[in-house]
Amino acid sequence: MEKRNLTCIVCPMGCSLEVELENGMVRSVTGNSCPRGAEYAKNECTHPTRVLTTTVKVVDGKRPLASVKSAGAIPKELLFEAMKTINCLSVPAPVELGQVLLTDLCGSGIPLVATGSVEKTED
Amino acid sequence: MERLDLVVIGGGPAGMAAALGAWHQGVRNILILDREAQLGGILEQCIHNGFGLHHFKEELTGPEYAARYAKEVADCGICCLLDTMVLDLAEALDGSGDKVVTAVSSKEGYLRIHAKTVVLAMGCRERPRGALNTPGTRPAGIYTAGAAQKFVNIKGYMPGKEVVILGSGDIGLIMARRMTLEGAKVKAVCELMPYSGGLTRNIVQCLEDFGIPLKLSHTVVRIHGRERVEGVTIAAVDGSRKPIPGSEEFIPCDTLLLSVGLIPENELSRAAGVKMDPVTGGAVVDQNRQTSLPGVFACGNVLHVHDLVDYVSEEAELAGQSAAAYLRGEAPCGGTVEVKARDGVRYVVPQRLCKDAGPVSLYFRVGDIYKDVKIVVKCGEKVLLSRPKKKVVPGEMERLPLTAGILSQIDGDVTVCLEQKGAE
Ligand SMILES: Cc1cc2nc3c(=O)[nH]c(=O)nc-3n(C[C@H](O)[C@H](O)[C@H](O)COP(=O)(O)OP(=O)(O)OC[C@H]3O[C@@H](n4cnc5c(N)ncnc54)[C@H](O)[C@@H]3O)c2cc1C
Ligand code: SF4
Repeated sequence: MEKRNLTCIVCPMGCSLEVELENGMVRSVTGNSCPRGAEYAKNECTHPTRVLTTTVKVVDGKRPLASVKSAGAIPKELLFEAMKTINCLSVPAPVELGQVLLTDLCGSGIPLVATGSVEKTED
Repeated sequence: MERLDLVVIGGGPAGMAAALGAWHQGVRNILILDREAQLGGILEQCIHNGFGLHHFKEELTGPEYAARYAKEVADCGICCLLDTMVLDLAEALDGSGDKVVTAVSSKEGYLRIHAKTVVLAMGCRERPRGALNTPGTRPAGIYTAGAAQKFVNIKGYMPGKEVVILGSGDIGLIMARRMTLEGAKVKAVCELMPYSGGLTRNIVQCLEDFGIPLKLSHTVVRIHGRERVEGVTIAAVDGSRKPIPGSEEFIPCDTLLLSVGLIPENELSRAAGVKMDPVTGGAVVDQNRQTSLPGVFACGNVLHVHDLVDYVSEEAELAGQSAAAYLRGEAPCGGTVEVKARDGVRYVVPQRLCKDAGPVSLYFRVGDIYKDVKIVVKCGEKVLLSRPKKKVVPGEMERLPLTAGILSQIDGDVTVCLEQKGAE
């Protein structure tokens, strides 16, 4: 039996988790204050995922960038590839909060959505 | 001359929640003032997620959290004057008890506004390099982490390629990840103290995820470079935070980010004569968040530095509701007692309590990392509340609710302290 110590990052409580693994499978999770902690530990030990937050270039906007996020967690190993894709993107203003800018971020099946609005320049 | 019921100085999460708190209690004649072009405060540049888990029960980014409040402010029709810098706050000379807010605005020019109540919600600013005394030249490439955050997230400009970060507060940690994702190489995060000042989750998802070393008990002893930063020398520090000779290490880099703490922005409050707490750097307040000046309330980062915006909103709503109660002429009655921090507890907000108050929460920070302790609230020798805690850290604010039942037992000053578990 293998033991792993993790810090749950699902919420700012940051509970210290102890995970017992057998042949790469999660046997038990302790230290979590809520069920989301156990789920996080299982994911983290098998296929870690993260929500990506960054910015996208905006053309003809009052601001040069719109803030964006992956609408859900994407596999951790996709983070840099996703950054590359997003940094090649530029969207025309106006951008609305919640607007889908990519329907499938690097094959993760997760869309990229705007987290802020950018108005169009007046001239 | 205009006479308003409530002027809110600062349109960040604190200012917006305070205005809404008052609005929902029937106050209509409200004005929010902010020097920026939009509401939202620091949240506009905090594009990462992790906001609102307590308040909205979902994980939002900073701009999303701000947008929810900004929408409610707009839906209620609360007036805002943006691009407006408040210069002065004073009591009216006519004996009315009114406050006079002086401001300059790009649209309206010079303004003098009379208000029956004022909520201070100016947030905080970063400690600049001057406050640090790091020796060496003054080359380009040194930024506070928050300034770098604004460059990258709002303006789309990368301050550098090879980065060392001094200080492990949340902004420093968040920027370590942000710069890494944008292609920079973050070589190290140095922290003077033996522990990080940031949230544990940020150490995991911002440093460990990307293999960025966190060097605890380390500091930058020298900055190299003439025109531009060419590197820094870091060194380990001893128990009294003095660099240990022989432990120096040179790290080549073109950028140094400073994340060495936040200072509540209280020039206005001080000039107005508001009594300050030397530990928090914010005003001394009662449980309604009223300062030493009747009718002037404070909330959010201008009162004490918060790590969670949810608590900012909660505190600010209370401040707004208290302003509404003040306008209705409901003064808190019953004598007040002081709340003092002792033995491991660095400060407590509120610093004053009315004995006959309804349920209140005490917010406090500890001065060091402690394991297996009890948080004890006492009145004289009487223990009002004792709560075991596995671990407390300076980077995370603690919140302790006191019920009306507990409050009714108070007959003198209250202390909040830490005790070893098992000790009586
Ligand atoms: C980098 C960073 C990361 C963070 N990460 C998280 C996180 O992941 N999760 C979380 O819950 N919380 C996080 N926080 C904490 C949270 O964002 C803050 O506690 C919160 O924004 C403070 O709100 P505030 O309204 O008190 O201050 P601010 O947001 O700073 O707003 C103050 C406003 O007052 C205005 N102002 C100041 N002085 C004047 C003046 N004289 N005249 C006119 N206007 C004035 C300013 O322009 C500003 O808009 C983070 C904070 C920072 C800085
Ligand atoms: S286990 Fe639950 S309470 Fe603890 S950090 Fe994770 S999500 Fe938060």
